[in-house]
Amino acid sequence: MNPTIGWIRQLAESWGVPAVLVPLVPFLVLLVALYAVIGLAAYGAKRAWPRADKTIAFWLFISPWLIGFLVFTVGPMLSSVYVSLTSWDLITPPKFVGVANYTEAFQDPRVGQAIKVTLLYAVISVPLQTALAFAVSLLMNVDLPGIRLFRTIWYLPSLVSGVAQIVLFLWVFNPQYGLVNDVLGKAGIQGPGWFNDASWALPTVILMSLWTVGGAMVIYLAGLKDVPTSLYEAAALDGAGRLRLFWHVTLPQLSPIILFNVLTGIIGALQIFTQGFIANGGPKDSLLFFVYYLYDNAFQNFRMGYASALAWILFVIIMALTAVTLRGSAFAIYYETEMGGRRRRPRLRKG
Amino acid sequence: MAVLVETGHAAGPSTTVRRADRPYWRRNLPLTLVLYAVLALGSLAFVYPFLWMIATSLRSLAGVGSAGASIWPSEFLWENYTRAITSFPFWRYALNSLITTLIPIVGTVFSCALAGFAFARLRVRFSGVVFAVVLATMLLPGEVTMVPQFMLFNNLGMIDTLYPLILPAFFGSPFYIFLFRQFFSRMPAELADAAVVDGCGWFKMFLLVYLPLARPAVVAVSILLFMSYWNNFLGPAIYINSDQWKTLPLALAGFQSVNGTDTPLLMATSVLITLPCLVIFFVAQKQITNGITFTGGR
Repeated sequence: MNPTIGWIRQLAESWGVPAVLVPLVPFLVLLVALYAVIGLAAYGAKRAWPRADKTIAFWLFISPWLIGFLVFTVGPMLSSVYVSLTSWDLITPPKFVGVANYTEAFQDPRVGQAIKVTLLYAVISVPLQTALAFAVSLLMNVDLPGIRLFRTIWYLPSLVSGVAQIVLFLWVFNPQYGLVNDVLGKAGIQGPGWFNDASWALPTVILMSLWTVGGAMVIYLAGLKDVPTSLYEAAALDGAGRLRLFWHVTLPQLSPIILFNVLTGIIGALQIFTQGFIANGGPKDSLLFFVYYLYDNAFQNFRMGYASALAWILFVIIMALTAVTLRGSAFAIYYETEMGGRRRRPRLRKG
Repeated sequence: MAVLVETGHAAGPSTTVRRADRPYWRRNLPLTLVLYAVLALGSLAFVYPFLWMIATSLRSLAGVGSAGASIWPSEFLWENYTRAITSFPFWRYALNSLITTLIPIVGTVFSCALAGFAFARLRVRFSGVVFAVVLATMLLPGEVTMVPQFMLFNNLGMIDTLYPLILPAFFGSPFYIFLFRQFFSRMPAELADAAVVDGCGWFKMFLLVYLPLARPAVVAVSILLFMSYWNNFLGPAIYINSDQWKTLPLALAGFQSVNGTDTPLLMATSVLITLPCLVIFFVAQKQITNGITFTGGR
């Protein structure tokens, strides 16, 4: 703990602040001091430039975000660069070790395993989820009696998320008493060990992720409802069949939504953590997801420097995959503009 | 193409239009039956694990083994639920979960609405640049700042308290700032003009004119935030060590590793954790659909 913070805490304790609130006091003191400075500056600015009240208001309005951005994002990022170059266990002072953490990470077989598992998960689960959610939304878009009930049913599993979902599926896929192996057994098939089997654990997690496609389905469904019927009518008059309507109207109209969902899906998939945590990395590290390994290094082994280096490696991987997705999809995304819309062409390479 | 569309309308009730007037399912009955079959089978696959969870939560330990995949409620052991509540300090964890859900919701909604309003209605120099920065941080994975943030809270003496799970919410979140900006942008600008003429300050205008009108957005964002804060696992896993500050998901994870074989108890606890989300879903189904749609990138 910082000595100044400690001093404010002691002061608070001596004033009889309830123990639960003591950790909050230094933070509040700092925040109030900060806002006093900001308030004074704003007041001064208003006196000096009375006509700039809109500008002053703007900066005051975004000040919570701005402070958070500096304190919880920019500051930590900068210090993360430094910490990743040190060896630090939180107790003894950090020791500068240069790029040793990075060289270690590139030689660590478990890092390789973590990258492999995480990338495999992202590359397989995101397309599967997208395809399934999109197909389901097409199905749900048909105007049938009772379709609302079906929509509710398909969305319902999305509410069972996080730990509850994993605990449930540990039992659904339990080799002995589980739902799935019982069904398979009745069909005369000997089911695999699922989570207990190193070669089946990752496919099982991917399968599990498909259960909650309801959220994406609702998004696509809304997109489908937004496609102007005039487009379909015009295309139908031109003699387009159902397949061509889908290929030339539905798909281009929904492509920005699909891209957005694929992007957020990839970023989310690379950050998968809870599954790895509950399964303790899975048998033979088969569920050693990258963030779980990072967590393990930082908060179980207290290797802050190494964990920070891992975080930066993850950052590079996420940025690279995002860039590849954006680049690779540029030819297929149709953006509606005031001119009537155009297909964005990939930028041609110079030279 | 535009010409064709117009002739289509001008031609009046052409055959295609009349066909479209009839409900889809009446036009092609065999296809309708196939669709229903697919829908029913798919629904069964989707809802079955869910029903199995509820059925299992009411069975005895021996009953789980003999029931297998069946969801037929042969037993009604409601005491599984009383056991789930009494065998660990359930209410304590529920309270921690509620604190780390409701207070952050208020903080996020307020800070994000404030910033969103500024980006939508207070267009000044550099506001566009700042907004681009906000959008860029949306792509930034939280893991990069995870370790240094831990050190920050360590310096503040807040490790093993609920504060690291609460305080950051008061400083905005790029995604919801974006949502609020979209929402405020669609409101008529005349509102602001009228308020300015009335001599209303910007903050007063935001609080008294715009925020009340943004009720649908506030409700939708609050519900989405509830689902994510209530199920938050990484945060508690990092910051909470002692038993008294555990949240429900963290407690359930610990429960799973300790009582890993007591299926009915685990299922009952899972049902209890999911219950608030279910209740909110059935009460506010429409707002949820709106909210999700709103987040979908349109």
